[in-house]
Amino acid sequence: MSTLLIENTLHGIQLGLLIFLLAAGLTLVFGIMDMVNLAHGSLYMIGAYFAYTLIGMTGSFILGVFLAFFATLAFGIVLEKFVLSTLYQRDHLDQVLATFGLILFFNKMVQVIWGPAGLSIALPPWLAQKIEILPGVPYPLYRLSITLVSLAVAAGLWYLITQTRTGMLIRAGASNRKMVSALGVDIKWLFTLVFGLGAGLAGLAGVMYAPISTVFSGMGEEVLIQAFVVIVIGGIGSVRGAFIASLGLGLIDTLGRLFLVDLCKLVMSAAAASTVGPALASMLIYLIMAAVLVWRPTGLFGRS
Amino acid sequence: MADALLETKSLFKRFGGLVATDNLTIAIRPGEIHALIGPNGAGKSTAVAQLSGQLAPTAGHILFEGRDITRMRMPTRARLGIARSFQITSVLKDFTTLDNVALSVQAHQGHSFRFWKNARKDPTLRDPASLLLNELGLGPRADVITAELSHGEQRQLEIAMALAGDPRVLLLDEPMAGMGPEESTQMVTFLKNLKGSRAMLLVEHDMDAVFALADRITVLVYGRAIATGTPEEIRANAEVRDAYLGADDMVA
Amino acid sequence: MSLDIRSWGVREIFNFLLITILALVPVYSWMSGNTFIITLVTRALVYAIAAMSLNLIMGYGGLVSFGHAMFLGIGGYAAGIMAFHGNTNGLLQFPLAFFVAGLFAMIIGALSLRTRGVYFIMITLAFAQMVYFAGVGLEAYGADDGMTLSRRSRLGPIDLADRNQLYLFCLAVLLFTVWMMGRIVNSRFGMVLRGAKSNETRMLALGFPVFRYRLAAFTMAGAWCGIAGALMANQAAFVSPAMMHWVQSGDLIVIVVMGGINSLFGPVYGALAFIIVEHQLSVWLKDTWQLVFGPMIVLLALFARNGLDDLFKLMGGRKDGRDG
Repeated sequence: MSTLLIENTLHGIQLGLLIFLLAAGLTLVFGIMDMVNLAHGSLYMIGAYFAYTLIGMTGSFILGVFLAFFATLAFGIVLEKFVLSTLYQRDHLDQVLATFGLILFFNKMVQVIWGPAGLSIALPPWLAQKIEILPGVPYPLYRLSITLVSLAVAAGLWYLITQTRTGMLIRAGASNRKMVSALGVDIKWLFTLVFGLGAGLAGLAGVMYAPISTVFSGMGEEVLIQAFVVIVIGGIGSVRGAFIASLGLGLIDTLGRLFLVDLCKLVMSAAAASTVGPALASMLIYLIMAAVLVWRPTGLFGRS
Repeated sequence: MADALLETKSLFKRFGGLVATDNLTIAIRPGEIHALIGPNGAGKSTAVAQLSGQLAPTAGHILFEGRDITRMRMPTRARLGIARSFQITSVLKDFTTLDNVALSVQAHQGHSFRFWKNARKDPTLRDPASLLLNELGLGPRADVITAELSHGEQRQLEIAMALAGDPRVLLLDEPMAGMGPEESTQMVTFLKNLKGSRAMLLVEHDMDAVFALADRITVLVYGRAIATGTPEEIRANAEVRDAYLGADDMVA
Repeated sequence: MSLDIRSWGVREIFNFLLITILALVPVYSWMSGNTFIITLVTRALVYAIAAMSLNLIMGYGGLVSFGHAMFLGIGGYAAGIMAFHGNTNGLLQFPLAFFVAGLFAMIIGALSLRTRGVYFIMITLAFAQMVYFAGVGLEAYGADDGMTLSRRSRLGPIDLADRNQLYLFCLAVLLFTVWMMGRIVNSRFGMVLRGAKSNETRMLALGFPVFRYRLAAFTMAGAWCGIAGALMANQAAFVSPAMMHWVQSGDLIVIVVMGGINSLFGPVYGALAFIIVEHQLSVWLKDTWQLVFGPMIVLLALFARNGLDDLFKLMGGRKDGRDG
């Protein structure tokens, strides 16, 4: 049982970090540009597809992953320049519509290019093994690696945002857009930077998680909606809020799926519990979001 | 001060380290025009926002007819009879002038959970609104979309919307802002005609207007009231002169 | 729409033509033997009813809800679950769909309306996803796969199992919806809702507790979309979580905008256009039609935000078309 618990806790953290990689960029885009970007999940998906192709083409896992990351970043910047940047000055409805159209397009495009079936990426043998992280607790090396990489990225992001001048501008922009333009900062440059940062993080998430999940059309939206929940809970524009909420939700979601059936059995019949438990587990993070909304409508770290 | 209609008691408003309202105690008496003046950033608009319920004070109390309304929200205060105009013109831009005033009338006829009758053909809303617009000289512009009104007309509409609910107190946040001299003079005449019928708090930079209209004046500097008195008393007050840094033109 | 023909502009003439054409569809179908068209247009009518309910909060209230399809699903499941248990009395099914969807809307609205802008969009989407997962969790009623209705609803003498009766019933509900929405948006309540879209702070300062009115509108919109959901269940003889998938919510927004936000008949045109475009594109391009449809939506957002409304204006409709 304790092995299961440790393993699931690690899975939970890993899921939380995945959501964080999407939510961090998105919360800044929302906060600084006041822009709804539903197509953020598409970058995650495209990252995964790029990884599939580039790993196959180069024959090298590491090289493929690196190339896929940069390819997604470039893709995101092109997307920003040609479509999304025209939306900054528009109202939210325009942004919702346009990025909704983009999702439909991208989801179909990947099916046309890569086929409608889900794809899987094989790990090289040296990454596919398990290592003993605690005595008697083996854990897949690759999962451990991406957890560590994600944590490193989170730390880097923390450094960028709290310790550098660029980060100061980003923070200022997220809490008060007008002030930044009043400071004489080239706001367009800041927008492109923040968007590129977000695209890079989403792409990285897609690239890294491709080998442990199926690569399929529409994979971005599931994570995207979870990232929305995280942003609502953490507060728009707050990377710290997104980090805390991501980890919390990742753990709650994973452990909820593990324990809710048993918990339900305490108050209902086993048959009912096996139906209600999983349904409740998948609704859990949304119920938590509802509770946070009652308590703090602008999120835990949002400005009121 | 028992005769005060709307008053604040030791009101404080802090934004982080900035004290925008610092121990403010003022009283608006029935029928008087009470002007609130002070340099830019003195916290005049912040005070109006707190009186109208748009902002919650950090500490202190706001009383209306002796009743504590500090925690009361803006719509509830409006229905009690506290109406306001905004420093930056705030009207419903895609509605007609008459619609705007009719909505103000509607706000004061009880709840609006009425789903069936056409509000634009309801004489109990349209008639009083038309009457008021005619009185204010905006009658010919009744059916114009407000976005197409001139700036001066929009400012007048602001006042009309505030008046349509027959309020007890009017909070006017720089009604002359952005007006030409001619429009300003008109507005002063208009407010003079209103004088006595209802209490007003007048926030204004135009000192000619303030001294022409006000019964009493409170001078605000860095959120703190440094003097309250009749126009003559304020003119003679040395501290006020210092605060305005030798701005002799204020008494011109 | 005024009954005085002399006051009609381009818009009114088009609306009149539209109603006439819609009324003649069963006649055409009967004469030509083409039953497919009646099925297709029935779908459009149901979408139009759902989109009109969304238009109340989005077009007139300015609240961009990205989760409106959840009420379609709730209404559909309310009717479907009753049918599953052997009750096909529409006089019970439709009120149930209305009240259950309304109840959900009231609770979700009370939570979501505490927020603004981007938050509101994300939260409505998230709640819709929650309800979607709840639908997936309904093991007894088919879970992911949904369930087929063994029998469509009967409302007194009307039997929705009959293609033509279903069509005419949907058309009647649609026309009633247009009339009802016309009353609501021009009533005192409607003025408050639209005023709050235009300038919320001003409405608060005038003395309107805006939240309550918005919540009432959100609840009404949800409840009415529940009716559309029950109709959709009857049309397809099938309910599944897919009815409340986020793409469905997006489609409803597209329909409203295509037809011209802020106009009463807009969603009807929008729904017809949507269904026709979807159908025609999938005839031409098979299952890759979204490759064209996606960019079309992007272009709609960027260049034709007022949808068909702009077209009517170009053709010399009334200058202020907001009520027509």
